[in-house]
Amino acid sequence: MQNLGIQVLFQGNNFLRLCGGLWQSLQIAVISMVLSIVLGMILGIVMTSPKKLVRFLCRIYLEIVRIMPQLVLLFLVYFGAAKHLNINLPGSWAAVIVFTFWGAAEMGDLVRSALQSIPVHQYQSGFGLGMTKLQVYRYVIIPQTVRRLLPSVMNLLTRMIKTTSLVVLIGVIEVVKVGKQIIDSSRYTVPDAALWVYGVIFIMYFAICYPFSRAAAMLDKKIKD
Amino acid sequence: MKQEVILTTKNLKKSYDNEQLVLKDMSFSLEKGEVVVVVGPSGCGKSTFLRCLNMLEPIDSGTISFKDQVIERDRKDAYTIRQKIGMVFQSYDLFPHLTILGNILLAPLKVQKREKQELIQEAEQLLKRVGLLDKKDAYPRQLSGGQKQRVAIVRALMMHPEILLLDEITAALDPEMVREVLQVVLELAKEGMTMVIVTHEMEFAKAVSDRVLFMDQGLVVEEGKPEDFFTSPQTERAKQFLNTFHYEAI
Repeated sequence: MQNLGIQVLFQGNNFLRLCGGLWQSLQIAVISMVLSIVLGMILGIVMTSPKKLVRFLCRIYLEIVRIMPQLVLLFLVYFGAAKHLNINLPGSWAAVIVFTFWGAAEMGDLVRSALQSIPVHQYQSGFGLGMTKLQVYRYVIIPQTVRRLLPSVMNLLTRMIKTTSLVVLIGVIEVVKVGKQIIDSSRYTVPDAALWVYGVIFIMYFAICYPFSRAAAMLDKKIKD
Repeated sequence: MKQEVILTTKNLKKSYDNEQLVLKDMSFSLEKGEVVVVVGPSGCGKSTFLRCLNMLEPIDSGTISFKDQVIERDRKDAYTIRQKIGMVFQSYDLFPHLTILGNILLAPLKVQKREKQELIQEAEQLLKRVGLLDKKDAYPRQLSGGQKQRVAIVRALMMHPEILLLDEITAALDPEMVREVLQVVLELAKEGMTMVIVTHEMEFAKAVSDRVLFMDQGLVVEEGKPEDFFTSPQTERAKQFLNTFHYEAI
């Protein structure tokens, strides 16, 4: 029984350390997501601008974000800032910057399409009732947009949580990195640790992402009714 | 008795994207308490005209005045004047995320900042009148087209407009629902509501109007009392138009 490997989880404070790592991942994802939502809302409104040039610039930004793998962006910001700007960003900051850069673009595009899916008559009935532009947005357009957005925002959030596993490559000690440390340190005593540690990480990601994707599916269904 | 003129347009011109003029030269005046029906073939500019009156569309040239005050779309007071000119659209456009009562109360609460309790009372009275009091907590998607349109009328009335613009409000409805909506409009007319109505329901137009404007290609081609216009139209174009509503037996 002694070589099953599961005991590695209960040695010292290994499990707590994994949870700490997960917390780091979540922090990066959630902070980036909050920033993305705020910036994305603004970007989304800008993207519906009647000015062609403005729309074109937004489009370029969006395409750049979509084409570039997140890893490349992470390296660019983390190493680029250190080498060319002489700024030594903590890895987690670099991660938040990159994820926000990515999230804001995706979010902006979601907001744009949600805004454009609101019939023009909704604006007009608002104006027809004497509302100002601000009032029409605040009481008529935004509440409807938010409803339409919720499912895709949840989706983006789960993608972001999963993508945080990349930040180990710029030296952030998140859940995958902690797992690796645990495996390495018990390489000789518990050779099968990897299976158990990664198994637990898998369950952790699942436990966090599943409720969000369920919520997204439910909201999606509810909106269609 | 000479009534007070509350809305006038002078030489109104309007085009979309600088192409052909949709409104070529519209001069028009509306007296308080008057019901004017605008009829004409599709694309004659009647809906555009109505939307210009409410400043929903920018105009190219000419003026619109409300009670001797020239109104412009870009000016700040446009919003204040719009409250006095209510509008109901063909596609009713209730706000789907609000209940019926929410729809009705939104603008008076937020725009006019009136007392909520008092508004609820008024809203319930109006809903009762149009026979929809039991629907006040329902959502728009639970209502039929005719019911939605009646709610849209109540929503516009809650702002206490001095003029009501109705833009083909029954065009999207099943024939059986047309009546329940037009009945409401007829009652409003009886009470002396000032209205400009664009419609394709000729029988209704005849019944409700004090004056008929017949438009074609961006111009008023003929204007007159409904009993004259519908029985003996003066222009060839109007005769032709009215004939399309008659069918000869085979």
